[in-house]
Amino acid sequence: MLWYVLRRLVYILPILFGVSLVCFSLLHLAPGDPMTAVMPEFGSEELIEQIKRSYGFDQPLPVQYFRWLLAVLSGDLGTSIVQDRPVWNELAPALVNTFQLAVFGVAISLVAGIGLGLLAGYTRRLVADRAITTTAIVGVSVPHYWVGLVLIAIFAVSLGWLPAMGKAPPSDAFGFDDVRYMILPAITLALIPTGIIARSVRATVIDVRKHEFVQTLHANGLPQRRIFLHVVKNASPTVLAIIGIQLGHLVGGSILVETVFAWPGTGYLLNNAIATRDLPLLQGTILVLATFFVLLNFLVDLAQPFLDPRMKRH
Amino acid sequence: MARRTTYVDETLTPQIAGGRTRIQRTYWQAARRRLVRDPVSMGCISILSLMVAAAIFAPWITPHDPYVTSIVNRLKPVGTPGYLLGTDELGRDMLTRLIYGGRISLLMGLLPIAVATLFGSVLGVVAGYFGGKTNMIIMRVADVFFAFPSVLLAVGLAGALGAGVVNVLISLSLVFIPPITRVAEAATTQIRTQDFVEAARATGASAPRIIIGHVMTNVSSPILTYASSLIGLSIVLASGLSFLGLGMSPPLADWGLMLNTLRQSIYLAPVNAVLPGVMILIASVCFNLLSDGLRTAMDVKP
Amino acid sequence: MKGEIAIQREHPTPASEPVDTLSATRPFLRVQGLKKYFRLRGGSFGLAGAYVQAVDGVSFVVATGETLGVVGESGCGKSTTARLLMRLIEPDEGQITLQDRNVGGHNGMSLRTLRRQVQLVFQDSYASLNPRHTMAEEVGFGLIAQGIKRAEARRRANEVLELVGLEPAIFADRYPHELSGGQRQRVNVARALALSPQLLLLDEAVSSLDKSVEAQVLNLLIEIKNRLNLTYVFISHDLNVVRFISDRVLVMYLGKVVETGPVEKVYTAPGHPYTRALIASRLSMDPSRRVEAAPVAGDLPSPINPPSGCRFRTRCPFAESVCSLREPPLEAFGDDPAHSAACHALIPGSGHSRAPAPGGEPSTRANGAPK
Repeated sequence: MLWYVLRRLVYILPILFGVSLVCFSLLHLAPGDPMTAVMPEFGSEELIEQIKRSYGFDQPLPVQYFRWLLAVLSGDLGTSIVQDRPVWNELAPALVNTFQLAVFGVAISLVAGIGLGLLAGYTRRLVADRAITTTAIVGVSVPHYWVGLVLIAIFAVSLGWLPAMGKAPPSDAFGFDDVRYMILPAITLALIPTGIIARSVRATVIDVRKHEFVQTLHANGLPQRRIFLHVVKNASPTVLAIIGIQLGHLVGGSILVETVFAWPGTGYLLNNAIATRDLPLLQGTILVLATFFVLLNFLVDLAQPFLDPRMKRH
Repeated sequence: MARRTTYVDETLTPQIAGGRTRIQRTYWQAARRRLVRDPVSMGCISILSLMVAAAIFAPWITPHDPYVTSIVNRLKPVGTPGYLLGTDELGRDMLTRLIYGGRISLLMGLLPIAVATLFGSVLGVVAGYFGGKTNMIIMRVADVFFAFPSVLLAVGLAGALGAGVVNVLISLSLVFIPPITRVAEAATTQIRTQDFVEAARATGASAPRIIIGHVMTNVSSPILTYASSLIGLSIVLASGLSFLGLGMSPPLADWGLMLNTLRQSIYLAPVNAVLPGVMILIASVCFNLLSDGLRTAMDVKP
Repeated sequence: MKGEIAIQREHPTPASEPVDTLSATRPFLRVQGLKKYFRLRGGSFGLAGAYVQAVDGVSFVVATGETLGVVGESGCGKSTTARLLMRLIEPDEGQITLQDRNVGGHNGMSLRTLRRQVQLVFQDSYASLNPRHTMAEEVGFGLIAQGIKRAEARRRANEVLELVGLEPAIFADRYPHELSGGQRQRVNVARALALSPQLLLLDEAVSSLDKSVEAQVLNLLIEIKNRLNLTYVFISHDLNVVRFISDRVLVMYLGKVVETGPVEKVYTAPGHPYTRALIASRLSMDPSRRVEAAPVAGDLPSPINPPSGCRFRTRCPFAESVCSLREPPLEAFGDDPAHSAACHALIPGSGHSRAPAPGGEPSTRANGAPK
């Protein structure tokens, strides 16, 4: 088991290194001198000098990279150009907001996905089957940021039930008002994972029900509840893996949805960074999100053998 | 003794009688035949052909000028006479702009996949065929790009490169190269261990010749099937980047950008505001259904 | 095939049998000390240095015009040897000489030339023919690769298809899935013949075929060999087939040659305990005489960590301490100088309790090993 953990670790370290390289080069991808990309358009002389020094642009690239990497490892993600504040100060509250939304979204997709999957797996009629397949195709095809707009048009504009955009004004306790603001973006985010979880649960249910041991249980007159437990046991590793990866996608890929709903998370931050060409902020945000995604996948990989004894051999 | 063993020399009878005439079909002909017989795929092909044709011939078929604004005609609802799908926030005809928008949106969805398929298959086939260090270097780099959620990578690259259609094309191509490389590598690794590849090597054929003559003939169908399944996603992502303002610049039409500019008017004309998304959805669903049909059609068991 | 072992002990094979081709003719192929270790992947940090000793110091010769049978259990290195001969895999050590010319090296024979003279026939499986190629394309591929024009390659492909008994008009434009196993195997042979080689390596060439089809293909192989004056190396785990087609036999165990000699000698008076066990266990043509037990007791030892000394000792009923100390050399024994085995029990003065006394009677030595 320890071997397995170590091996996975050895595998992800070069990947994290590569991710950092890609993020570092984002600054240098910018057209022209990276200086011009970082410089505020009407910056004062001192500011330009200060930025020059803080970025060490006079150094050769490998030196710049390792300096940057050292700084990142010690928690310094650089300085936002527009706000002139450490990137981390911008990022931290945004991360909290994004996580809130992502966890809410995953919770919705878990309930809805498992529910739909079980329903489809147990009915398994032609109509239900068709409906699920069609939904799945549409589900993976639909631009979810657009679904966000549609939801706003329906529930906020036409019906006026829920707020269209933004986050509840800060209050002491997390209350109903916070939830109201989160419902539409969370549903939008949950859309794709719901489809994927539903498909996987349905496949597992059908598979387990076909298995001999379940038919034996049936024959032995075991209650449906016990059979259901078998389904849960067999489906949980897959569902867990999906949830892990989807959570990563929700956190990493929520930029569009957060932009639609003006939710002050990392996506919104990225959007602002792009609009103002605040490259250090862009770089820092992407680095943190990608690292989070890699680590999450790593954890899912680690958890797999505990849930699925067939995988212990690895 | 052994020489006396009773091996009977039987006359060779071809298993398939030569009497009846056999229609000669290559693999690709058979696959095309199956695709043509699938009603869903043919429906999707029709819709997509219509979209592409409309986009190409836009200047001749659209009822209005896509750029002439009119304060009086702002946000006319769907069904207004003369403005079948209404007007946008600057009074331009929606139908006209949706047709024009298809030009950039479809191109931005298709071109990255074409580019990524080209580079991804070359990289994957080279990695798979030569194995060893070559494989390790190529696949590790692919792993790194794989470590990013696709939306994040696309936004990051396009964001760093700056707004512009070309930059969006470059970022999306970079996003799709690693997955295609992986599929090509896996398929090639599987093919290269087969005896017929060894036999080809035994005839003294060079590596490029074997790759073209033996590997590509077998890996092209899984690669194409997979690449086609990415077109829908590519269209959605490309429009997403436009929606963030990373693609075209405003006066021009593009589905994602239209969603962006109409967003401000969602309280006034919610239907108009979501209309461009319907186009994205139709294109993406059609490509995905077509890709499914393609997979089934190409799955001709040898 | 009845009781030949018992009979042969009293009446050794007459010398008139075409067995002693080795000394008479110039060897077509000479292999010396061929060695290939495969490095194992896995282990962690790329540090683990485990090797599979697939082929370990194999030497033999093949005379022009003869058929050399190679037998052994799966995993003994037969197929690796064939691939090493074709240079589909680079050998770690060893020398291959084809008609007195070294293969490879500075002024040796080029791979291109080697592959014109030596060709490999694979076991029939769907993997042996490209599912996307017609038979004419498949057979002509090597010709085109060798720089022959397309039309000419097509003509030659039709020619060899005809040679293996497949009417080009019917078969040239077919795909592998439209052919039966026997027909596919004929195409495999045709593909190898297209380049007009002098030596064919047949790697389990008939093993996956039905018995009646197998017989047809075997007869075809013999006919082609006579017609084109070919030399064969016939690799198979089927001892009956090897006996049917071969002039001489090479028995391999765990990457080493344990016995070699004229086919009748090896089959009727096997020297090595492994050969003896193999022959005793083969399926008899007479079902009532079939032996149910596995050829040799115990599992094949791991080729990663082969036993010291004699590799067979872990499964050998006569293993003694000397067997683990020293590796027995391949030495002639018995009355035929072409028949040799690598067993301490056959080598005079080896220290094995059953070894014949130095200078003892050769005829008793052959039977001296325990039965």
